[in-house]
Amino acid sequence: MKIAACIKRVPTTEAQIKVGADGKSLDTTGLQYMASFYDEIAVEEAIKTKEKLTGDVTVITIGPSDASKEVREFMARGADTGLVLKDDAWHARDARSTAKALATKVKALGAQVVFCGKVATDRDNAAVGPMLATYLGWACVTDVVSLALENDKGTAKRETEHGVETVSFALPAVITVSKGLNEPRRPNLKGIMAVKAKPIPEEPCEAVANQAVVNKVEQPAPRKAGRIVGEGAAAVNALVTALRSEAGVL
Amino acid sequence: MEPYRPLDFFQLDDQYSEDERMVRDTVRSWVTERYLPLCMEHFENGTFPMETVPELAEMGVFGPTLPAEYGGAGLNNVAAGLIYQELERGDSGLRSFCSVQGALVMYPIFSMGSEEQKRHWLPKLASGKAIGCFGLTEPDFGSNPGGMLTVAKKDGKNFVLNGRKMWITNGTVSDVAVVWARLDGKIRGFLVEKGTPGFSAPEQKHKFSLRASVTSELVLEDVRIPESNLLPKSEGLKAPLSCLTQARYGIAWGALGAALSCFDEALRYSKSRIVFDKPLAGFQIPQKKLADMATQITLGQMMALHMGRLKDQDKLTPQHVSMGKRNNCQLALDVARVCRDMLGANGISLEYQTGRHMVNLESVNTYEGTYDIHTLAIGQELTGIPAFR
Repeated sequence: MKIAACIKRVPTTEAQIKVGADGKSLDTTGLQYMASFYDEIAVEEAIKTKEKLTGDVTVITIGPSDASKEVREFMARGADTGLVLKDDAWHARDARSTAKALATKVKALGAQVVFCGKVATDRDNAAVGPMLATYLGWACVTDVVSLALENDKGTAKRETEHGVETVSFALPAVITVSKGLNEPRRPNLKGIMAVKAKPIPEEPCEAVANQAVVNKVEQPAPRKAGRIVGEGAAAVNALVTALRSEAGVL
Repeated sequence: MEPYRPLDFFQLDDQYSEDERMVRDTVRSWVTERYLPLCMEHFENGTFPMETVPELAEMGVFGPTLPAEYGGAGLNNVAAGLIYQELERGDSGLRSFCSVQGALVMYPIFSMGSEEQKRHWLPKLASGKAIGCFGLTEPDFGSNPGGMLTVAKKDGKNFVLNGRKMWITNGTVSDVAVVWARLDGKIRGFLVEKGTPGFSAPEQKHKFSLRASVTSELVLEDVRIPESNLLPKSEGLKAPLSCLTQARYGIAWGALGAALSCFDEALRYSKSRIVFDKPLAGFQIPQKKLADMATQITLGQMMALHMGRLKDQDKLTPQHVSMGKRNNCQLALDVARVCRDMLGANGISLEYQTGRHMVNLESVNTYEGTYDIHTLAIGQELTGIPAFR
C-alpha cells in the first residue's frame, strides 16, 4: 500500500514567540523548528500501517530546504522516503493553498491513504486534512483515536465533543489523527545514521494564492495577577462568590 | 514542567550537522520524558534506575561511535559528545553509567581485545544485555594508578588475580569487569566475569554525590580466570590511560549538560521570583552572575565542539582532553554553586535540579583525573617538565 503522511514544521515548544516587525507574522530570529505534535502521531500510524499491511511510507512537508530535518527524523523512525515541497514562506500559506499543493502531490504519488495531524500546533486551523480530502474527492475521517485499516477499507473511532463515534469508510481516505491513537516511537541512533546520507528530494511547491490573508498578529494578553480574597475558612464565601461572579467558572 | 531552554548564546546550533542535532534532540527528549521523572526518587534512594537500561540500549547510547558490526551506531565524536551532554543534563550518574559502559568497557575490548572477545562482549554490551565496569583505582592509588598493588600471576592456562579496587561505577551491577593488574611487573587488562569464585563487588554506600549511580569496591581474592580473558593488546599504563582519555572527552561534554541544566533553572527562577517588588533577575548582582555563567558555558561549549572536530580528524591529544575536562568540570561546578545560591532556600530542595547537579559535580570534578592532576598534565605539555613527583 502506498501511504503518505503530511507534516508541518512549527516552532519548537521551547520557542519564545515574538511578533515580527510587520505585525503580521512571527519574528523567526533564532527560532528552532520541529514537526507539529499531532503529525508525529500521523507518521507513527503511517509506519504502523505499513508494518501491518506492507507498503511504503512517504513523508511530505511544505517548507524551506531545512525542513528536510523533520522529514529525515521520521525516516529514522521508519518512513521510507521523504519529500520537501519548497516554499520559504510556508508559514504564511493558508489552509487552502497548502491542501491544494498537497493534493497535487498525493495524486502524483498514487497514495491510497494519507495521514495528517488533526491540527498544526502553530496556527490551529484544523483545516488542511479535510480540505485535502475534498480536493482529492476521498473519504475524510477526522480526530481519529483508534483505527483498524484493511487494504480497501477501514473503521475508526473518532473523538467528538459528544462522545466517541465509530465510522466505516472505504479507501482511499484522508485520516486526521488525535492524541491517544498511538505512542510515537523515538528514532534510535542507528536509524539516524542509516538515513543520514539518504537523499530527500526537493521540489518547488505549487503556487496557490491565499484566500485567507493574515492582517495582524498579536500575542495573547498577559495573564492578570491573582487576587487573595482572604484567609482560612472565613474566606470560603468570598472565594465562591469571586469564582462565580468574576471568574464565571462556577 | 517548563520546557528546557538550553543556552546557545553564540548560535552554535548552526555548527552541528543535521544528524548531530537529531542525535542530540533524540537523547534530550528521552531524558526529559523518561529519565527526569524517575531521577529524584533514585537519587534519594541511592539507586540507579536499571529499568532504563533497555531503553538506553535501544536508543543506541552504549558505545555510540563503535562500528555497527559490533553493535555500535557508528556516530562521529561530536554526536557522541552531544549524547553525553544530554545524558548529564539529566544526571551525572546517568552519564557516568553510559560513559563507563562505552568508553571504559566497550572501548578497551574493542581496541585491545581479541576478535573473539569483541564478538562475544561488544554486542551484549551495546544491547544492554551485559553491563560492564572498569577497575583501575585502588584504595591508595587514585591519581597515581601506576602504583597499583593488584597483581595477576600465570598459573598453567589461567591467571590468578589478587587485589582491591575502589570507587568503581557500576561494579555491583556488572556482568564483566575490566580489571587492571600487574602481570610480571607490567600493567595489563583482564576480563573478570560476575560470579567468578573469589570475586565480589560490594556497593559503597553513604555517598552524598552521584547518588543515582552505583559505586562499588571490587574484591579479588585468588580469582582464577582463563588466559583467554587477558586483553591481548593491553600493555602498560598507557592502556588504561587511553580508555580514560575517551571517557574524559565525554565528561568534558557531560559537565556542560549539568551546567546548562542549572543555568536554565536559575535563569528561569530569577525571572519569575519577585523580591522587593521586582524579578530577582532585574537586580545587578544576579545579572552579573548570569552574564559570567553564560560566558563560561559558551566558552566551554566552543571548547567541547572543537575537541570533537579534532577527535574526528584524529588530531585530539590527551593534553587537549585534559584541558577540556579540567575546564568544563570546574566551570560546571562553579556554575552549579552560583545557581544553587541564586535559587535561595529552594536550591537545597531536590524538587529543583541544581542542588543534585552541584553535589554530583564534586565527583565529576574529581574522578577521571582531578583538576590538579590535569593542571600538571597541561603544565608538562607546556614546559616539557613533569611536576607530578
